[in-house]
Amino acid sequence: MTTPVLQAAARLRAPSRWRAWEIVLWVAIWVTPFAFASHAALISEIAIFALFALSLDMILGYAGIVSLGHAAFFGAGAYGAALFAKWVMPDPLVGLAVGIAVGALLGVLTSPLIVRGTDLTRLMITMGVAGVLLELANKFDNITGGIDGLEGLVVGPLLGRFDFDLAGRVASFYSLAVLFVAFLLLRRVVHSPLGVSLQALRDNRLRVAAIGMSVNGRLAAVYTLGAALAGAAGALLAQTTGFVSLDVFEFHRSADVMLALVIGGAGWLWGGLVGAIGFKVLHDLISNVTPEYWTFWIGLILVVLMLVGRERLFRPWTWWRRGSK
Amino acid sequence: MAQGLEVSEVVLRTHSLVKRFGGITATNKVSLDIVRGARHALIGPNGAGKTTLINQLTGVAAPTSGRVELQGRDITDLAPHKRVGLGLVRTFQINQLFGTLTPLQSLALAVASRVGAAHRWWQPMGADLAVAAECEALLAQFRLEEHAERPTKELPYGKRRLLEIALAVAQKPSVLLLDEPAAGVPASERADILATVSALPVDVSVVLIEHDMDLVFSFATRITVLVNGTVLTEGTPAEIAVDPQVKAVYLGEAEFRHG
Amino acid sequence: MLTLLFDGIAYGMLLFVLSLGLAVTMGLMNFINLAHAAFAMVGGYVLIVLMQRAGWPFLACLPAAFVATAALGALLERLVYRRMYGKSHLDQVLFSIGLTFMAMAGVDFFVGPQPQVVQLPAFFLTRFQFGHGAWQLGMGSYRMFIVVVCVALALGLQALLNGTRFGSRLRAAVDDPRVAAGLGIPVDRVFLITFAVGSGLAGLGGALGADVLGLDPGFPLKYLVYFLIVCAVGGTSSITGPLVAALVLGIADVFGKYYVPKLGAFIVYVLMIAILLWRPQGLFTREGRK
Repeated sequence: MTTPVLQAAARLRAPSRWRAWEIVLWVAIWVTPFAFASHAALISEIAIFALFALSLDMILGYAGIVSLGHAAFFGAGAYGAALFAKWVMPDPLVGLAVGIAVGALLGVLTSPLIVRGTDLTRLMITMGVAGVLLELANKFDNITGGIDGLEGLVVGPLLGRFDFDLAGRVASFYSLAVLFVAFLLLRRVVHSPLGVSLQALRDNRLRVAAIGMSVNGRLAAVYTLGAALAGAAGALLAQTTGFVSLDVFEFHRSADVMLALVIGGAGWLWGGLVGAIGFKVLHDLISNVTPEYWTFWIGLILVVLMLVGRERLFRPWTWWRRGSK
Repeated sequence: MAQGLEVSEVVLRTHSLVKRFGGITATNKVSLDIVRGARHALIGPNGAGKTTLINQLTGVAAPTSGRVELQGRDITDLAPHKRVGLGLVRTFQINQLFGTLTPLQSLALAVASRVGAAHRWWQPMGADLAVAAECEALLAQFRLEEHAERPTKELPYGKRRLLEIALAVAQKPSVLLLDEPAAGVPASERADILATVSALPVDVSVVLIEHDMDLVFSFATRITVLVNGTVLTEGTPAEIAVDPQVKAVYLGEAEFRHG
Repeated sequence: MLTLLFDGIAYGMLLFVLSLGLAVTMGLMNFINLAHAAFAMVGGYVLIVLMQRAGWPFLACLPAAFVATAALGALLERLVYRRMYGKSHLDQVLFSIGLTFMAMAGVDFFVGPQPQVVQLPAFFLTRFQFGHGAWQLGMGSYRMFIVVVCVALALGLQALLNGTRFGSRLRAAVDDPRVAAGLGIPVDRVFLITFAVGSGLAGLGGALGADVLGLDPGFPLKYLVYFLIVCAVGGTSSITGPLVAALVLGIADVFGKYYVPKLGAFIVYVLMIAILLWRPQGLFTREGRK
């Protein structure tokens, strides 16, 4: 092979190399459950939320599908894992696999619905699916426990040895580990030919078809991947809190995770993590000041964010400049 | 060009293609035969329906009636990306490129797609050396090396037009549909486009839509004239140049004169 | 059963009036305005506040709700909505959700979180009964009033659209804003007036429906889905599309909630998904519209 070829290959490979700051950040993240053991439950909560946001990023940031019903997969994974633990076996890792499988299955079943139609149709269908699941879970409350929640959910020890303690230490490591594995997996996908083709899909769908790639197939694959990861996040929630109720399907879950992505930025892998942390910080800040009117301030932030333009948010000197999008 | 000596195989054929939308008939019973190795030009005044025809050939638009056949196979209902897989490739009149990707990445994607590697998710882009080798060759062929690593949206227009054609060539097409490749290209960069179009392999069948008559007459061995969605006439360049109907359609000889 | 049908029709007509502004905004400005339900809520609260705190009679509050909400709509259009027209649908969705949250919290703050009860005037509390057994038709006079008002509105709007100069300008702008602007149609002003009227209709619908649908700060999130369904299924390029979609939706919902109460909105969601699967662009949109 001549050197230009190796050069070309190297140049194509370059974006997939780990940057120093990414490694630093991950080390810092992994330090937190050790350094902040008293906040273990919070760490677990943020990790789960970050995974949920990451899964939505696949759908929203990489496939460009506006979804307000992502909670459907979250809830499906949660109930899948919970019912599995209650009726079949309490091992958390197997339960996690079940949650992922349920999420993925639901994603595969609903993906034909979202590859057609307009943005509005997709919005409707995603909300509709979440709504249908909420109503079904409500109707069959003899199985799901309805609003009060599922009773008798006991989760076995992790890897057969680590019991989920009340303080949440085991939970924090567990959730963080799953998040990390998901991140690694997605990182690989994003820099692969499939991942680059998704970026191409965002840029120009027509051209993607014109170079011989199936647009719908890709959209469906990404959607299913996002659904599977959301299912994982839901399963984690059920297992680490030992509780699941109708709340997992509710609209505010879909809206919260959407907001986290808005804060963190959609279309890049760190968006979910940054957004999850940002969202929690924001939530705590605002709740301490005005606990009842959290929705007002969140609404105001959304409005201002959208008016200013998401990309320009972090560059305040551009706010007063009349600029293009 | 083989004419009369050998039996020229028809690679792309349309049977009485019709396209109606709203109250307009954009394509009116168009029947075309494109032979192997063709250098076939499609000309006609603005609004004649040339791009609509291309859209139906590639599957972007569905014809109201009629058939499209590629190498004897009926592809009328076949999805656009599958037609590309069979060797029917087009370029767009208005550049359809991947703005945030670099030319290197875009070409890599196009090549990977052709060899069936574009769905791989476990290895990073650039791991496949064969794909990288082809990209390098294409970049050299289309003189895009110095721009290879800038996002496509930052490239000058002429270079983007070359990339547009490069993406199509990366598909190793058997039938290539070029929709106004020289459109909007400044005179200084036109030579590049002309050279590229002439350098296409002989066994690739090319259909060229163009308004630039220099390009048409220097390139084509067969010309079809399309007016208001209907085929007005078809023939060799020499025949078309003196055809009174064609002259009448192009308002006055001045517009139609070729160098 | 006929009573259910009648109730469904009344509900459907109400949904129609409520959704119309949203459909037009989407069709005209290609803007997904999820805050539309918040405008409806505002109209309902205007009615409540005027009746309870200012002592206005019920019938006077209805036009007041329309005017107040239309004014609010016009103000917001000029101040903020205008800047969002060119942006992506996602940005518009997030923006309008933000507005909705603000409205919900605002209403909670100023009036309170409890569900509001509308004191209908006495002549609306009567009920007409015809027939017996399964074919019994019971029509509450308030629901009759709703049907009458909504039909009148529908006819009036149709006449406006087809008979006036504003109507033809609107139709031209819906078909192609750029060409319309090129013809000298003041597209900006058409947008402003249409948005204001659409919001006003939502407010009127909210006021009319306060008794039937209930009114509390959570109203927008509860009913937004229905309005969106009407627009998605009925399409955004006509008046008849949303009308039929709203009637079907209203009837389906009423029947569904009566015969299978636990499932509630399930029937509606499934119906919507089925219809959108079959015709992703809605039942009435012309093919090829975005």
